[in-house]
Amino acid sequence: MHNPNRHFLRRAALAGAAFLPILLFAGLAAAQVEGQPAPGGVGLPATVTEVGRETQQFYNVVLLPVISFIALSVLGLLVYVAWRFNESANPVPSKLTHHTGLEIAWTLVPVLILVFIAIPSFRLLAHQVEIPPAKITIKVTGNQWYWSYKYPEDQGGGFGFDQVMKQEADLQPGDVRLLSVDNEAVVPVNEVVKLQITASDVIHSFTIPAFSIRMDAVPGRLNETWFKAEKEGIYYGQCSKICGKDHAFMPAAIRVVSWEKYQEWLEDAKKKFAGAESRQRFAAAANQ
Amino acid sequence: MASSTTADDGAHGHPTGLRRFLFSTNHKDIGTLYIILAVIGGVVGTIMSIAIRAELMHPGITVFPGLAQMLQGVDPAMALDGGKNLYNVFITAHGVLMIFYMVMPALIGGYANWFVPIMIGAPDMAFPRLNNISFWFLAVSLVLVVLSMFVEGAPGMMGFGGGWVFYPPLSSNTGHPGPAMDFVILALHLAGASSILGSINFITTIFNMRAPGMTLHRMPLFCWAMLVTAFLLVLTLPVLAGAITMLLTDRNFGTMFYDPAGGGDPLLFQHLFWFFGHPEVYILILPAFGLISHIVSTFSKKPVFGYLGMAYAMVSIGFLGCIVWAHHMYTVGLSLNAQRYFVFATMVIAVPTGIKIFSWIATMWGGSISFRAPMIWAIGFIFVFTMGGVTGVVLANASADRQLHETYYVVAHFHYTMSLGAVFGVFAGFYYWFPKMSGYMYNETLSKVHFALLFIGVNMTFFPQHFLGLAGMPRRYIDYPDAFALWNYWSSIGAYIGGVSLLVFFYVVIDAYLKKIPAGANPWGVGATTLEWTLPSPPPFHQFEVLPRISGSEH
Repeated sequence: MHNPNRHFLRRAALAGAAFLPILLFAGLAAAQVEGQPAPGGVGLPATVTEVGRETQQFYNVVLLPVISFIALSVLGLLVYVAWRFNESANPVPSKLTHHTGLEIAWTLVPVLILVFIAIPSFRLLAHQVEIPPAKITIKVTGNQWYWSYKYPEDQGGGFGFDQVMKQEADLQPGDVRLLSVDNEAVVPVNEVVKLQITASDVIHSFTIPAFSIRMDAVPGRLNETWFKAEKEGIYYGQCSKICGKDHAFMPAAIRVVSWEKYQEWLEDAKKKFAGAESRQRFAAAANQ
Repeated sequence: MASSTTADDGAHGHPTGLRRFLFSTNHKDIGTLYIILAVIGGVVGTIMSIAIRAELMHPGITVFPGLAQMLQGVDPAMALDGGKNLYNVFITAHGVLMIFYMVMPALIGGYANWFVPIMIGAPDMAFPRLNNISFWFLAVSLVLVVLSMFVEGAPGMMGFGGGWVFYPPLSSNTGHPGPAMDFVILALHLAGASSILGSINFITTIFNMRAPGMTLHRMPLFCWAMLVTAFLLVLTLPVLAGAITMLLTDRNFGTMFYDPAGGGDPLLFQHLFWFFGHPEVYILILPAFGLISHIVSTFSKKPVFGYLGMAYAMVSIGFLGCIVWAHHMYTVGLSLNAQRYFVFATMVIAVPTGIKIFSWIATMWGGSISFRAPMIWAIGFIFVFTMGGVTGVVLANASADRQLHETYYVVAHFHYTMSLGAVFGVFAGFYYWFPKMSGYMYNETLSKVHFALLFIGVNMTFFPQHFLGLAGMPRRYIDYPDAFALWNYWSSIGAYIGGVSLLVFFYVVIDAYLKKIPAGANPWGVGATTLEWTLPSPPPFHQFEVLPRISGSEH
């Protein structure tokens, strides 16, 4: 007997199946320009830190294949069951309602899969959270709606500045809309940089996808994270905790340069930002 | 208790009109009211989501400045800022409406009110008047939420735009000094009280009013799901109530629970909020789990596979759901060991969830499946929920979450579980029980068209959002760098298709009421074994005046 419902279901399932392989390729496509999103990208962005590479491997090699396999298996089972056990193919239903072996199996197999995921996961987690000895420390403060940076005096700094998004009218060739800023923060290549992150008003979140770092900026709290960028260039991130009307318009930009260029920049910045009246207000400041 | 003599019937038999619905103490009428409220909440929430997708279809800010002038009367000179603010208000209200005023009233207030008493063989809920006030609290609460959008929130702007998580200091006087947030807090208090009272009602009903022979281990899985859901609500909503009360006193009476300047901690709110918020997502999905089990069993003409495993999987999901809250907070600066614990506990939830998925497939295995409309929706549910589940395993890992937190990957994940999972559950239940509730059969072909459109629409909306999230696009952004344009475009097209499917849904419902094709007591055949199918459609105003006697273990 011709059963239109069955065909409908099979078509719907096939349409779903066509979508999934895209997921498999998602991890393979790499971004062209490090530090900013690739147009139409379908995978993690290119990374320039060791933690970033480990994160990419964890996602592309462990997580993505495992979840694609599980999702495709469930889809496959659904399609098979719909085909094999629809009422025209199997008019008399079985009465099977228990199978202890099967139930134990589908409890234990997921446990094993989770253990398989957990091992690299916990290793990477420790790598992300435990901060190695750092040569550079920078304090980053989130404000509505810009970031401010402070370079400590004992590391050749002693100045602070605000980093505000460039308006569309001010964009120069090479700038990126919504990502480029007036004052880029500068750090040296191949050095461990520790960021101390807080906020002055509401919660913000500091993110640079190419470094695989993300840390909330919480008023009254000094959070720490770290990165060691291995390639010179400009790296962008965007505020990642809703913080009011201009949440989408407070990017962060870090330029990674050679050690010599970094020293030169420190000297210039000391002069440039010496007299600058910083707009930043620090959390838990005396005004309350 | 309900009258047992016919002489009483005249006294409170069949009220009509306003008296029937305004003062109703009948579980079926109150269930209907809840479903109507869910439709209203769902339509408004959907319109908001389509406005959001229209804004995000192309880079640049195009839609919301105009909307702000139209809806909130914003001065044209301030239209851009007003638009940015209104966008935040919309994403907040979309979340709040869909959770508290669409999925919860549909699954819990609507279907559970209708069918938990019937499925356990009880004449009504244990506390009919409590049931009435539960509903009206929620209705008033919805009015407060809508009103909040038209009073001042952030300085000089209207509405609360801080996301449905209400994190201070954005939700305290620092971010939103105006009364909009106070409206929202009051609305949540009322919605919470409504849910707590409703849950007490369900727990009492299920524990005390089961028909003779209906032991807990013979109880239909939808009732098990509701029992677990009700316990989750009773355990966690008071915590939310405490958290938002402290927020209210911070805002209005100078306390400093969440203000570091006074020794408070903004993160305290996040812990308390997610102690409620994470169980809340299981509150949204567990009733759907329950009714999907019935639908799969009905149309496979087989009892549920591994009944006890299914019931206790829900119990363990409920328990585990209460001890994993900080996986929403991996990036706030938790210690390494705290993150390790929450990764571990969160991953464990995948096990009972897997048991449910496999048991549904095993129920279908060997069955004689008829692809009636509810079954199509149920199979769609199993697939999309699996998709949402596996990305949940990704995000459970704090190490991967560091890259993906607050990006569209998370948006895709929870919409696959909620907007596809829970909502497919809502529609599956609707098409399963509509003939019982109304007495009329609907046009099944059109309901399958509804399914096809929504399935294609939501997958097209949310699948590309995985790509956006991986590439780093943050959530809650009104505008985005041009590199994200491609997938945002397709995502918006998908949302429009999903919107069209809603029109088909309304056509199906109106068509059913116009054509009035009688459904009969049991339109689904031999597989439908729960008690509601032994009653006529629609069921009498008071059912089971003689209690049914349950023997055997048909679920």
